Amino acid sequence: MTAKLFGEPVGRREDPRLLTGRGRYLDDLGSGALAAAFVRSPHAHARIRDIDVSGALDIEGLVAVYTFEDLPPRVAEPLPLLIPHPALAHGRTARPLAKGVVRHVGEPVAMVVAHDRYLAEDACALIRVDYEPREPVVDVEKAAEGGPAVHADVPGNVAAHLVQEVPSAAGVPARQMIESAPYTLAFRLDIERSAPMPLEGRGVLARWDLDDRSLRVYSSTQTSTGVRMAIAARLGLPLPSVEVIAPDVGGGFGVKLVHPWPEEVLVPWAAMVLGREVKWAEDRREHFVASSHERGQAQFVRVGFDGEGRVLGLDVTLLHDHGAYTPYGIIVPIVTSTQLLGPYRIGAYRVEFSSVYTNTVQVTPYRGAGRPQGVFCMERTMDRIAAYLDLDRTAVRAANLIQPGEFPYDQRMTFQDGRPLIYDSGDYPESLRMIKELIGWDSFAEFRAAAAADGRRVGIGIGCYVEGTGVGPYEGGHVQVTSDGRVHVSTGLTSQGQGHETVFAQIAAGELGVPLDRVSVVTGDTRRLGYATGTFASRAAVVSGSAIALACRKVREKALRIAAEALEADPADLVVEDGVIRVAGSPGAAIELATVATLANPLRYAFDAEAARATQFAAPGDPDRPPIAEGEEPGLEGRAYYSPLRSTFASGMHAAIVETDPDTAEIKILRYAVVHDCGRLINPMIVEGQIHGGVAQGVGGALYERMAYDSHGQLRNASFMDFLMPYATEIPHIETAHLETPSPLNPLGVKGAGEAGVIPVAAVIAGAVEDAEGIVIDRMPLSPSDLFRLREEAARRR
Amino acid sequence: MLVTLTVNGVRRGASVPPRRLLSDFLRHDLALTGTHVGCEHGVCGCCTVLLDGEPVRSCLTFAVTVDGREVTTVEGLARADGEMSPVQRAFAECHALQCGFCTPGFLCAVTALLRDDPAPSERQVREGISGNLCRCTGYQNIVKAVHRAADLIAEES
Ligand code: FES
Ligand code: FES
Repeated sequence: MTAKLFGEPVGRREDPRLLTGRGRYLDDLGSGALAAAFVRSPHAHARIRDIDVSGALDIEGLVAVYTFEDLPPRVAEPLPLLIPHPALAHGRTARPLAKGVVRHVGEPVAMVVAHDRYLAEDACALIRVDYEPREPVVDVEKAAEGGPAVHADVPGNVAAHLVQEVPSAAGVPARQMIESAPYTLAFRLDIERSAPMPLEGRGVLARWDLDDRSLRVYSSTQTSTGVRMAIAARLGLPLPSVEVIAPDVGGGFGVKLVHPWPEEVLVPWAAMVLGREVKWAEDRREHFVASSHERGQAQFVRVGFDGEGRVLGLDVTLLHDHGAYTPYGIIVPIVTSTQLLGPYRIGAYRVEFSSVYTNTVQVTPYRGAGRPQGVFCMERTMDRIAAYLDLDRTAVRAANLIQPGEFPYDQRMTFQDGRPLIYDSGDYPESLRMIKELIGWDSFAEFRAAAAADGRRVGIGIGCYVEGTGVGPYEGGHVQVTSDGRVHVSTGLTSQGQGHETVFAQIAAGELGVPLDRVSVVTGDTRRLGYATGTFASRAAVVSGSAIALACRKVREKALRIAAEALEADPADLVVEDGVIRVAGSPGAAIELATVATLANPLRYAFDAEAARATQFAAPGDPDRPPIAEGEEPGLEGRAYYSPLRSTFASGMHAAIVETDPDTAEIKILRYAVVHDCGRLINPMIVEGQIHGGVAQGVGGALYERMAYDSHGQLRNASFMDFLMPYATEIPHIETAHLETPSPLNPLGVKGAGEAGVIPVAAVIAGAVEDAEGIVIDRMPLSPSDLFRLREEAARRR
Repeated sequence: MLVTLTVNGVRRGASVPPRRLLSDFLRHDLALTGTHVGCEHGVCGCCTVLLDGEPVRSCLTFAVTVDGREVTTVEGLARADGEMSPVQRAFAECHALQCGFCTPGFLCAVTALLRDDPAPSERQVREGISGNLCRCTGYQNIVKAVHRAADLIAEES
């Protein structure tokens, strides 16, 4: 009997190679390739007067130097604006190499190709760029108040402006609901910039086949199909002549979803022009100043509520710092605006945002993608209401929760996929009960009293969120059973450590009734599947997982049909176990899936003994029918696509207990608890790993990580020495509990899990520190020096 | 300059410029790409290898300075018959890796850690791995794996 696989903590299939140094990451490939390096702007805003490359020409091993002037028009054009939106009136994207103006430190100005990276960097250092510095604008509020223009033709630096109104059930708009509410509060909440920071930077390797006139590109990307289409369009190549492969990828967290990067256009172009393999592997400083950041947002809240803390009206204005360019459209502020609502039924809602240009690195989604900011907004609002009414913080939340009987629940907004924001399923009151129990919410007063007796300060915080996952438009799955009984599964989206090879194999093995070790999975290789979207928005298990399940079901149906003929049985009587198809109840009658695969492909030629079984005289078949019946295809394989009706909504609640040092203001997380609902779990071990990693990134964002730009637009902490990513000594033990409310939207009942961990952490920690200190916390991250300052200010006010 | 050293028990050599980093030497001259580079400035620990048994940052070491010495990389941690070391097996068992980019550095650091302290406490484990960054796992399962590896080593010796 095939062991139950779906829902089991099956060990990962990717581990043996990754543990023994046999992983293949981008910079492990293409030994002997030429190396590219880039001259990047040292100014946040400047006009380029002249570029003098002559100094570099003497470098031995130099192959080529390119500036904007050297690029053909199609290559030199601004990069695509990937997700246009009617509200994005002034979308702007960078060119692969700057034309005349640079708008942030790190913007590429020239590309050098040399025999190795050392020599390429030597050459870069000898290229003289004559800049005429211009006044930059770094602070988002200054930019919005009419500071220097980042783009000369964008008035007021405003890229986009969007207002969304959801009136009350009786049709009353939010502002009016607030005016007439028994109680109102108004305040501001800020989140600073951080960045995804995968440990492997970006990278591209391109190989132009002169004989074949075809291009193979390896990219450390979250979307190989996206990169492929972009490159083919840019370089004017027929799509079938371009293949893009995402090898092992050392983390992505959103940044590698942006495409094509300047380097993803220029490196393949150089490979074509030079007829040589060319590779670029990003270094850490480049990653800081030339990829993407996220999270920076100023948020202004007005809320009206009743005596039980029910929110009658909520009015939020967001100032979104978009950096210098908008290649990914306005997805981040849209996600904040919509997901801010969380698990709550809000009387009436109005949200308005402005997306504003600054002379800093561009902003695109980072794991959580605007949700951490939205949840910070909503959860801090719940805490404020509780404080105002002197109610328990969980009681205020309970008063606002959507009830289990209310699903599907329509939030009456448009989500980031352009489809209605309708929650499919969930059980928020149960989730709240579980998190209170897990953290010991009701007995915390005793813990606090005991700690206080020892002169210690502790506090508790809670944060709730809902996360739209598994967005469309679609993914595909291809499943092939070969005559050796092996099952080859492929899907187009890519992997960056989520264990897709394992969970997709679990799904396929379970659906087909074969042992797990016969299944192999390939992701992110356009040679195997050319249609895909990519890995983001916690969508892989939902969308690719469902597509693979559907493809397996096709294969299984075909296998049973062929087996039924061979066994002269009714397909309905057949069962598949351990790769063998049997007639239920008659032990002798069985056929291997491998044999069925052989029979599924009628042959003229026998290449081995197994194949001989399918040749024309060995298996003559029905003389009145063609060897392949009408509507059938040779082989035992199936392809299916899954296109979700709309997103499926995962949810969760986190709680933490923190201790703050009365003298040093050091903040220590004593306990961190997570209740998580991502529908049916395919592999609980992998889901827990995703949660742990997400929480750790959340802790980084809450307490340590910030982009320290000075007023000149210099990023002063562009290294791991100064940008403080947490080590094991900073991350607490994370306690988890799962709730499973299956999604009714997809065949597996699953919801996404990839981003969940990171979403509410800043809100939870802020609430806990506020509880410990009795000082209002309204901006994150919060360092010990920040807390120290807040204490001093509070003392002055007293 | 010719650099000759013993890597994973095998004598290897290559002629490289004096400024060649040990990380690049291993990866690009000797094609041992299991050692990774995450920062090139000595903070992330991805490039950790064992130099005469002690963990060092290969991105902060010039290849010419280790001429004649002995280096162990992630490719050399498994037994000669290919069976993974207890530390490697524990990492798999405890799901202590996701993208795997930081993993070779952790494996080398933990191998040395457990050799010096076969039964570390939770705090000692966290301190012991606090020279290595991981952006994926949140460290919890890495900590678990270090304890598990300690148990495996004790059982098997
Ligand atoms: S690459 Fe050597 S410490 Fe980061
Ligand atoms: S597993 Fe990805 S950085 Fe550690």
